Amino acid sequence: MTFLDILLQQSINGLMLGIMYSLVAVGFTLYFGVLDVINFAHGDFFMLGGFMALMLYAIAEAVGFAGNALVVVIYLFIGSMILTGVVGVVTERVCVKPVSKAPMLISLLVTLGLGIAIREAVRVLYPRGSDPKGFPTLMPQGSFNVGNIVIRYENLIIFGLGIAVIMAVNFLINRTKMGAAIRAVAQDGEAAMMMGVDLDRTIDITFLIGSAVAAVAGIMNGFYYGQTMFNIGAMMGVIGFSAAVIGGLGNIYGAIVGGILFGLLETFAAAALPYGAENKRVFAFLIVILFLVFRPTGILGEKIFERV
Amino acid sequence: MRNRFSLLWKRSHKGLVLTLCLLLVLGLVAAQCAPGAGKKETVKISFIGPLTGGNAGPGLGGRNSFLLAVKERNEDPDTKYNYEVVQIDDECKPDVGVQAALKASSDPDVVAGASHYCSMVAISTADTFHNQGMPSMVWGAVLPDITYGNDYVEITRVNGTQINQNEVHAKMMYDMGYRTVSILHDTTDYGRGHLKYFSESWEALGGQILSVQGVNVDQQDYTAELTKIKAENPDFIYFGGLTPSGIPIRKQMVKLGIEAQFNGTSGIKNESFNEALGPDAEGVICFLEGAPIDELPGGKAFLEKYEAEGYEEPPEAYGPFAYVAGHLIIDAIEKVGPDRAKVAEELEKNTKDRDTIIGKVSFDDHGQNIVPLITAYVSQDGKWVSWNKSEYAGGQRQLVPPK
Repeated sequence: MTFLDILLQQSINGLMLGIMYSLVAVGFTLYFGVLDVINFAHGDFFMLGGFMALMLYAIAEAVGFAGNALVVVIYLFIGSMILTGVVGVVTERVCVKPVSKAPMLISLLVTLGLGIAIREAVRVLYPRGSDPKGFPTLMPQGSFNVGNIVIRYENLIIFGLGIAVIMAVNFLINRTKMGAAIRAVAQDGEAAMMMGVDLDRTIDITFLIGSAVAAVAGIMNGFYYGQTMFNIGAMMGVIGFSAAVIGGLGNIYGAIVGGILFGLLETFAAAALPYGAENKRVFAFLIVILFLVFRPTGILGEKIFERV
Repeated sequence: MRNRFSLLWKRSHKGLVLTLCLLLVLGLVAAQCAPGAGKKETVKISFIGPLTGGNAGPGLGGRNSFLLAVKERNEDPDTKYNYEVVQIDDECKPDVGVQAALKASSDPDVVAGASHYCSMVAISTADTFHNQGMPSMVWGAVLPDITYGNDYVEITRVNGTQINQNEVHAKMMYDMGYRTVSILHDTTDYGRGHLKYFSESWEALGGQILSVQGVNVDQQDYTAELTKIKAENPDFIYFGGLTPSGIPIRKQMVKLGIEAQFNGTSGIKNESFNEALGPDAEGVICFLEGAPIDELPGGKAFLEKYEAEGYEEPPEAYGPFAYVAGHLIIDAIEKVGPDRAKVAEELEKNTKDRDTIIGKVSFDDHGQNIVPLITAYVSQDGKWVSWNKSEYAGGQRQLVPPK
């Protein structure tokens, strides 16, 4: 492999990692934009989405419905989005809403605790949940070479799907009536209520969308890495949050930029710096700190947060 | 009317009390008459391992095996004491492990215990057990310094160390014609230990190390490191770490189209490695101390009994060691009585040539089992098969050949 080959291959690696981070970052941006809540359980909803898909796949296999890969994939995505979304709304009503008027620190702690509860629940309730779980191979496994660079069909699909999901969320927020309600609540909850927006319903919908997006990310992550584990959400949450901050918390395109930048930073730190592999996160988080010092609103953030 | 009811109630109440008293007396008499029951003093022993978190799989396997050993001894009428197990979770985290060790050792009724699967935890708690004077037998952690880094009589280890398995590992690969290796290791003491002992053995033989990369244990994406390795084009990749990292590394190696043999350490000898990877696990090699469990007569019996107990989790690689630790600890307590200092002395000094399900066990002056045997395993059709019995050794199947 020539230097250029390695550079390009590493760029592909970084982009793929970045799109995973972006999908998690979008959720953080959504919650912060609407509720002023930093939902640290979001990483665990991401993990939960993957496990819901595994469970649905096991059910499909048990009843003999595992023929056409495309149909199964669509079933997994939709089923897991619904289930994870419902868990999201229920936990929001039980845990997040009661403390929504309290200082931000309280909701931060509540969501941290919620994350741990979800993680351990999956570990205990899923059969042999402590072990890493293989993900079914449903994406096309072929690849083609451009020079010495391997490009897998799977990567193209996942990358395209990731961008599409983020665009869809953006459309939902900025182009629909429901999105207008969410944006109204984001600007001023009480004023929105006076204009006839149902506050509770809007918050429910935000959690439904946020959890469903996390589920999509969790399944794509499972397909891409071919496995999942109950504890992957914790670190994913921290990185997804950082990516949202780099991009500009509250800005959906910022989440894409932040996620991909974080992915590329990690990848190139691992590839190019001496002792890079073990210190790539140190390097990436160092950049986060620099951003917070010199540009606290992130790359695409405004001086005053312009929320979604 | 009301009076009659209360009278009736009082009568039946009296009857109930009388019946209960009678039953109690009968029960006490029965307990006194039953052979041995109630006479045995209860002795507590502890089991510490990762029961939650990423390494809970092997932790629960070890716990179940330990419980099985204790159950066997409690059912044995010749046992002098009745044993009660105190289980504590160390989460595979050093700070939690020290708390667990303190909790077990602060209870004066806990005489001894089997502790730790994770090396970084076992190395942190050695001082705690020593200061508290409680004998602790390591059942899964392989870092040499746990026994060789101190002179504590309290610390013994029933499984082997990284030194043994890496010597055998390096020699086997060199003898098969492999000359260049790219090394990945996790950045804990465990992974660094494997790196150190493998590198020493490999370079002493004249093998070449193309690169060494440390990876974080909570990392999911290894494509950057593996792309670097792909450019180096090594004969094989060595990974010093545990299953949760080993699975994604192997998976991504296949996806990136890297044509090289993949070898792990005892840390990946785990059923979930094969289950999660499916066909991608084929041909992966790893090493474990002790004889292959299903090839020893006692081992077969162990697996059958384990199955009969209906535990949810498989015993995993180190379950047999936890099982042996349980028996050795109870043997010592039976011999010298429930006294921490005496039990520690007995375990370290007098465990010589003991026949167990993992082969002979002998402790050296550091309390380290000098396991004479290291077994290589290869993943074949979704199972870990001991190398000598595999189709790879027989020539029917091929590893990825050296360049």
